[in-house]
Amino acid sequence: MAAKDELGKLGEQLAADYLRDVGLQIIDRNWRCRAGEIDIVARDGDVLVVVEVKTRSGTSHGTPLGAVSAKKALRLRRLAAHWLGAQYEWFRSVRIDVLAVQRVADGRMSIKHVPGVL
Amino acid sequence: MAVARTRCVALIGVTGHMVEVETDVANGIVATNLIGLLDTTLTEARDRVRSAVVNSGFSWPDARITVSLFPADLPKRGSGYDLAIAVSILAAARMLPADHIVKPVFLGELGLEGRIRPVRGVLPAVIAAAEAGAGIVVVPGENAPEAALVPGLTVVAASTLAELVGWIQDDDLLGNAYTLDPTEPPPDDEFPENGVRRRRPDLSDVAGQPVGRRALEVCAAGGHNLWMLGPPGTGKTMLAERMPTLLPRLDRAASLEVSAVHSVAGTLPPTWPLLVEPPFRSPHHTSTTAAMVGGGSGQLKPGAASLAHRGVLFLDEAPEFAMNVLDCLRQPLESGYVMVSRAAGTVTFPARFMLVLAANPCPCAGSGTAESPCICTPNTRRRYLARLSGPLLDRVDVKVTLFPASRHELLSDRRFLESSAVVAERVLQARDRAARRYAGTPWRTNAEVPGTELCSTFRIPSDAFHSLEGSLDDGSLSARGVDRVLRVAWTLADLAAKPKPTSAEVHAALMMWKGVPS
Repeated sequence: MAAKDELGKLGEQLAADYLRDVGLQIIDRNWRCRAGEIDIVARDGDVLVVVEVKTRSGTSHGTPLGAVSAKKALRLRRLAAHWLGAQYEWFRSVRIDVLAVQRVADGRMSIKHVPGVL
Repeated sequence: MAVARTRCVALIGVTGHMVEVETDVANGIVATNLIGLLDTTLTEARDRVRSAVVNSGFSWPDARITVSLFPADLPKRGSGYDLAIAVSILAAARMLPADHIVKPVFLGELGLEGRIRPVRGVLPAVIAAAEAGAGIVVVPGENAPEAALVPGLTVVAASTLAELVGWIQDDDLLGNAYTLDPTEPPPDDEFPENGVRRRRPDLSDVAGQPVGRRALEVCAAGGHNLWMLGPPGTGKTMLAERMPTLLPRLDRAASLEVSAVHSVAGTLPPTWPLLVEPPFRSPHHTSTTAAMVGGGSGQLKPGAASLAHRGVLFLDEAPEFAMNVLDCLRQPLESGYVMVSRAAGTVTFPARFMLVLAANPCPCAGSGTAESPCICTPNTRRRYLARLSGPLLDRVDVKVTLFPASRHELLSDRRFLESSAVVAERVLQARDRAARRYAGTPWRTNAEVPGTELCSTFRIPSDAFHSLEGSLDDGSLSARGVDRVLRVAWTLADLAAKPKPTSAEVHAALMMWKGVPS
């Protein structure tokens, strides 16, 4: 596995752990369809949370948060519709979150959670 | 996260309007949005400001940034807002104390590396800031001398964003105040011609044209418009170029007015930005209407007529100008300002200038003497001068025909040559006399006094009018022409130190009015 994929995997694992810690219920991970992939699908009460995890080892190519554009957020919302269409659970509303995971000094990782970007 | 607020100035024509720059840094998708009726240059500020902030060693906020410029309905153009946008973003991201930037006004464009670059129109912008009680205005280093001309506020000259941020963090803007070195005088033996300083010419250079020199003196004393007709080589251009040397220096208020126009045009000399000499502009005869009275797409710029405000607008080879260009000078000649309307808005530029026209009698430009006779047909000659429209010439108070000087005239005239300084002294005294008479009125020179006042407050004794009656009766003198003649008569009286014009002055003024045979 390439180093960048490993970093991404690590980031997604950290993100899932973090979301569980703050009380979200993880429903699905790396869900794929023709339109793309959702990193994490979670439930926050009766709200469906579609989470995009961005992991970076540094900021030399921009911050992880900055890598999620408005266009990408719109695609995540479309993906949320696809996901909803593929199962029978009911949600009151849908929220798109971004989790920015970044390697900081001495190899430790920082997580920044921006809920409801759209 | 937070909202920060600071101030900037929008320029419309030569008037500054205060603009509030408000920045909100909030959670959400990372993006920077600029709102508030901006043009392309200003939308690009996003990229300039971002690079400048990052390259100055600050981090760009990883958040959703909204920059709003108020009032939102005022069209904003140009790059002068970069600095205000940058400091407001840094303050909203808590990298600067937000309360330190609320009151000062920030002007300047940002280079990608964080350098603060000069902008046009700093002088009128700083005047507006002073009127709004800004207290402190931060300007690019190159613009500091012109900003410092404005009394009543502290000018801070910043050359890089990093330097400026350091000062704001230490609350030490006042500690870096810029003061103009008052000992540096403008060079005296030079005068600005078309914005370029060159050696000052002198009236004594023009030998053999006593009539032209006298006409120049009268026009300088009264602020009258002048038309010189004559074959090539008679000294029309030389005479016109010497007009500024006869005019008194601009007073403080006029000087600021003139400098503000040139600041907007970007033609201020960098070392000594206060223009104290009356400007002299001689636009080329291919000039367009926009070049003459101002215009342009996007940011409206003043034209030659406004750049000659409180100075001399010289049109050499006047009949070669496009007729619509000449005729668009009629509004400023009457009112002293030009109003330019474009999609971007309507702008008023000051344009109170002395018009000096020079024309050859015909396109062949032969001197009309036996040695080089004119080869034009009468119709060609008529059509050539007809390009100067009647209404335009009706606004020209003094008209002179210049003839080639013979060898004897050239030699004998040498004894009567006076230097510019001598004539300028007489002009100054005549202007003082007029100014004392018009004390308490908005006018300073005879040319500015409205016709109604000439018939009431500053009435000329009726026995002095006799020489006008014939011309009025045969239609060669219009009602406006009468006003023009009376103004010149007042100037002649001022030059002769008489309390009021007598029939001699009125008659002489009429001769100057009719100076070109039609």
